[in-house]
Amino acid sequence: MTHTQQSGQSGGGSDVLASAAGADTGRRRPAWAGQFGMLRAAATTEPGRLRVIGLLLTLLVVAFGAVTAWQITDRSAAADDVVNRSEPLSSRAADIYRYLADADTTAAGGFLAGRQDPPEALARYQQDIDYAAKYIVEAAASSEGSDRAKVQIRILNEQLPVYTGWIERARANNRLGYPVGGSYLRLANKKMTTEILPAANRLYGIETARLDSDYSDAKALPWAAWGLGVVALGGLGWAQYRSYRRTNRVFNQGMVAGSLATAVVLLWLVVGHSVARSGLTDSYENGARSLQVLNRARIETLQARANENLTLVARGSGKTYNDNYQREIQDLAGKKADGRTGLLAQALAIADDDKGSEPVTEAMKDAKVWYALNATARKNDDSGDYQDALAQTIGGELKDHTQATKYTALCFDGVDDNLQKAVAHEHGEFQQAANNGRGALGGLAAGAALLAVLGAAAALVGIGRRLSEYR
Amino acid sequence: MTAACVLAVSATALPLHDRADASAGRAAQTARDTPLTTVPVKASATGGCDNAHPETSLNPSSASGPAVDKIKARGKLIVGVDQNNYRWGYRDPNTGDIVGFDIDLVKAIAKDILGNENAVQYKTVPTKKRFEAIRDGQVDMVVRTVSISCQRINDEKVSFSSAYFKAGQQLLVPLQDSTVKDFNDTLKGKKVCTASGSTAEIKLDADPHGSKKVLVDNQLDCLVLLQLGQVDAALTDNALAAGLAAQDPAVHLIGKPVTTEYYGVAMSNKYPDLVRRVNKVLEDYRSGGSDSAWQKAYGTWLKAVFPGVEGPPEPRYEG
Repeated sequence: MTHTQQSGQSGGGSDVLASAAGADTGRRRPAWAGQFGMLRAAATTEPGRLRVIGLLLTLLVVAFGAVTAWQITDRSAAADDVVNRSEPLSSRAADIYRYLADADTTAAGGFLAGRQDPPEALARYQQDIDYAAKYIVEAAASSEGSDRAKVQIRILNEQLPVYTGWIERARANNRLGYPVGGSYLRLANKKMTTEILPAANRLYGIETARLDSDYSDAKALPWAAWGLGVVALGGLGWAQYRSYRRTNRVFNQGMVAGSLATAVVLLWLVVGHSVARSGLTDSYENGARSLQVLNRARIETLQARANENLTLVARGSGKTYNDNYQREIQDLAGKKADGRTGLLAQALAIADDDKGSEPVTEAMKDAKVWYALNATARKNDDSGDYQDALAQTIGGELKDHTQATKYTALCFDGVDDNLQKAVAHEHGEFQQAANNGRGALGGLAAGAALLAVLGAAAALVGIGRRLSEYR
Repeated sequence: MTAACVLAVSATALPLHDRADASAGRAAQTARDTPLTTVPVKASATGGCDNAHPETSLNPSSASGPAVDKIKARGKLIVGVDQNNYRWGYRDPNTGDIVGFDIDLVKAIAKDILGNENAVQYKTVPTKKRFEAIRDGQVDMVVRTVSISCQRINDEKVSFSSAYFKAGQQLLVPLQDSTVKDFNDTLKGKKVCTASGSTAEIKLDADPHGSKKVLVDNQLDCLVLLQLGQVDAALTDNALAAGLAAQDPAVHLIGKPVTTEYYGVAMSNKYPDLVRRVNKVLEDYRSGGSDSAWQKAYGTWLKAVFPGVEGPPEPRYEG
């Protein structure tokens, strides 16, 4: 075998060391040929052993640098994805859902106002649909490769025009004073709540799962890099100890420099990633998690409002809508809106500062009033007093010819506005914490690679000094 | 906005609450104070219904009985109505008021018993719950194009007034290109819409002509399905179908009515005095020939969409 022949030639190992240090390029024999020779020589002679040790240490330190750079690049990319890709996508998906639900709520509310939808309701509806359509297109462009997300986006794209068509039919008939307009509105609502919103919800789920997975990718501990760092440092220490035992010289400058570089990379790795992890954890705990709860609360609010409106639109056969409303307001604010359970209570529990909890507290107050006022309106409607029930729901003239000053639309707006404030605050918290975390990884990959190469070179030089003593 | 919403609770929402509670309490009190006299009405007794003439009702009388007295004591007539039945009972989106042919009759009854046609509490009752609402005493009567039938008299424990309108099941189809020509084999393979629990559903089950039944909650939804091309025809009372066609000139009634149905005011079979009183109101409502209140209401609400009705059906009484 070829290597057996060549292995007899001692001194073949030196060019390996030389080429590892990047100095020698012009020798005839290939590098591997020398390696085998060196391995054979290693067992018998001290220079051979030194060469093996030098080679292994160099490999270890370089591998440590490479693995650190690789693992940190990975985590850094995942942290980038959290901030720049999956969190915006998840927020966008929540926005799509919210705009769609708001469109439905607004359509039902406008319908209640009489033959003609109020201009502001028409404008808000149109804006909702415009934004939803725009974000659906954006989601389609950025949902690379996820088939499940694509399916949901296709449903949204197909069904939204059907929905808006039915809403227009509802409006046209309502303008003519035909009750069939109400039928179209109910049909459109059914399409929205049984087909479109569930698809938007699934899209939100998919994007949120991606966010969670980016989070865990970014936070995954770099065990391989840690392990290699410890082994490399240990190896360098052992080599120095060995050298000390044999030469009685305490310091080998090259190896000390190599150890220092390795230690710095290891320390940087541990501290940098820990800081990044804590920043990301913070962004999740104080931002993303709050955002998820708040987004769900907003959605629940919108649906409760839509069902409250539809209870009146259904004119007597609205029991299902009222049941839905009751369920949703309970999900939002707890049983009988007592605030003990529900999404608002959850949001309050995880809000970490006054700025975050204040709007939620306000939203809770509004939700309580909403619940009480709705009960009054329902009672009036059930006893045939539609006019008061209507005025207590959307405002307008009461039976006694005064204008209603309190009606559930105000409470709905109050809950929604406050939740919007809370969302904006938590989003700020999220971005700040996530950017801090992401920043902690900055330069670590490149720095680790550079330091490791320098460290390896220094160690080589140190071992080279020892070797030269045998010439 | 927040402030306005929060203020509501402390300022006025609670008083409103109280008022509603109080009036509900009074009604309940009144109901308790009035012992129920459970005299079975002959026409509604089990097996007493004549299938040939289910529209036979009790002789009219303006004498007061326990049910009429209870309404008088309450000062309000509580009536179950429909809000979605165009021209019969629906909310005028301009005024928000509930109006229609049925509503005019309700007003006449209120005027007679209470002297004020507006002393009415309208309760919207869904189709499926209308008889239950009567049995539970939630309403004094239901006036919403209820077809009189022996099944309802016997099983639903309701009594009907004399007939105030004659109608029949008829097919509603698109004006153009409909291959359904009549209630016959042209229905084969066609989708026919009808409201669940309606007399039309019973007819369609008994006599499907190869059609596929599509059930909806409300007759109005049949018009939606027709407009969306999801069904080929709708089977419903022609008087109701006329209300549907009035909302869409691109659909029309075809063929002849396949059944004869009479609309009556539905009441509890425990209160024969109320049935007689309503029948008396109807006698007055019908009288006067072409100047009668009935003809006026017909002219206002129905003539344009359901022409050709000469006058109200002749009442039949027994007992």
